[in-house]
Amino acid sequence: MLRLKEKVERQTAKMAAPGRASTGPLVLVFLLPFAFLLSGCRQDMQDQPRYEAYERSEFFDNRMASRPPVEGTVARGSLRENAALYTGKTGTGPQAQLVDTMPIEVNEQIIRRGQERFNAYCAVCHGMTGKGDGMVVRRGFRAPPPLTNDRLMEAPVGHFFDVMTNGFGAMPDYAAQVSPEDRWAIVAYIRALQLSQRAPIAELPPDARQKLEAGGQK
Amino acid sequence: MPQIFHQSTNTIAKVSIFGAVFIGAALLFVIAEFNRSSYYTQAFVARPQPVQFSHKHHVGDDGIDCRYCHTTVETSASAGMPSTKTCMNCHSQIWANSPYLEPVRASFRDEKPIGWVRVHDLPDFVYFNHSIHVNKGVGCSTCHGAVDNMPLMYQVASLQMEWCLQCHRNPEAVLRPKDQIFNMQWQAPANQKEVGAQLAKSYNIRSTAVLTSCSTCHR
Repeated sequence: MLRLKEKVERQTAKMAAPGRASTGPLVLVFLLPFAFLLSGCRQDMQDQPRYEAYERSEFFDNRMASRPPVEGTVARGSLRENAALYTGKTGTGPQAQLVDTMPIEVNEQIIRRGQERFNAYCAVCHGMTGKGDGMVVRRGFRAPPPLTNDRLMEAPVGHFFDVMTNGFGAMPDYAAQVSPEDRWAIVAYIRALQLSQRAPIAELPPDARQKLEAGGQK
Repeated sequence: MPQIFHQSTNTIAKVSIFGAVFIGAALLFVIAEFNRSSYYTQAFVARPQPVQFSHKHHVGDDGIDCRYCHTTVETSASAGMPSTKTCMNCHSQIWANSPYLEPVRASFRDEKPIGWVRVHDLPDFVYFNHSIHVNKGVGCSTCHGAVDNMPLMYQVASLQMEWCLQCHRNPEAVLRPKDQIFNMQWQAPANQKEVGAQLAKSYNIRSTAVLTSCSTCHR
């Protein structure tokens, strides 16, 4: 405080002195209107003290702020009582049988949903037609069998659901990426793929047959 | 009493009279342009990542759908970052011995997440939800640009309010049919104005007044 006082006195003395006066304080006065520029440096509002999805946390051992629910947690209204819908099997344990009928109602909307999901999650390996020639296979992944081979034509719908849910051979499970309802929609679409590639030509509706004979163009 | 002001201050006074308008305007312009520059917004600046993951390779060359990894983009606020298991779906067999992918394998072995560096980070005072945009006809590339051409990820938008409002004032200009949302090649058709208006109607997109109301985003 005392120092400041001395400084001010010295400055005043200088200004009062004859001859060349200092412009220092004047410059400060000119700069005063721009003092607001200094206020833009804090980021408290941008980074509020809360976690965002996937944010790093120094508190937890694995440094993840997102905590998984305790194993066995059931969200309200999400008890998976319908075994056929959520496991593709009837019963539990070694006696469990793969279901042979779809546990959801199948309509065109479901099949289209299945097509969209199939193209996003399955076609990378199985190919858009289910032939097993997807891009990832062409890059060196073990080729899956065609979805239209005899064994898979005969397989119950529960088999496809089970494979998507638990994996099969080299194929990993997709339980975390595709919801059970969507897995069933994909099963419905697989059935449509199988039907479309094995349909006898005589059974085609006339307009589809015409298209085919015209060279399969749309 | 001696002169308080030195003679040279006359020049300053004259210049400030003439220059007040121009210097002030120029200063404001410089500040505004600095705020929009990619130096400040980090747009077009690729971030170094713990693994040199290339969207160009996975999306562009391999044609993998966005949702294969970003699984919650249609249902949640966050688009979803893939777990290491999703990487291992393919990389258990492909490039399984590549030294580039050692951090991925280490993460899978030790069950420790990969510390990806966040690229798109909105300020915390803005509410943003991916699912509403994706379900109402805003495609990925509208905001994220040509991700299928990005070897390392960068943002193409400033993520500033004026950028958000561009769309919220006139959503018709960017709306797409639902089956084109994840198509990286989508281009607006010549009659986008009419198509967009129709889509806005069928998606029940709210009026500009609602879309640009403060509390739509600052809630």
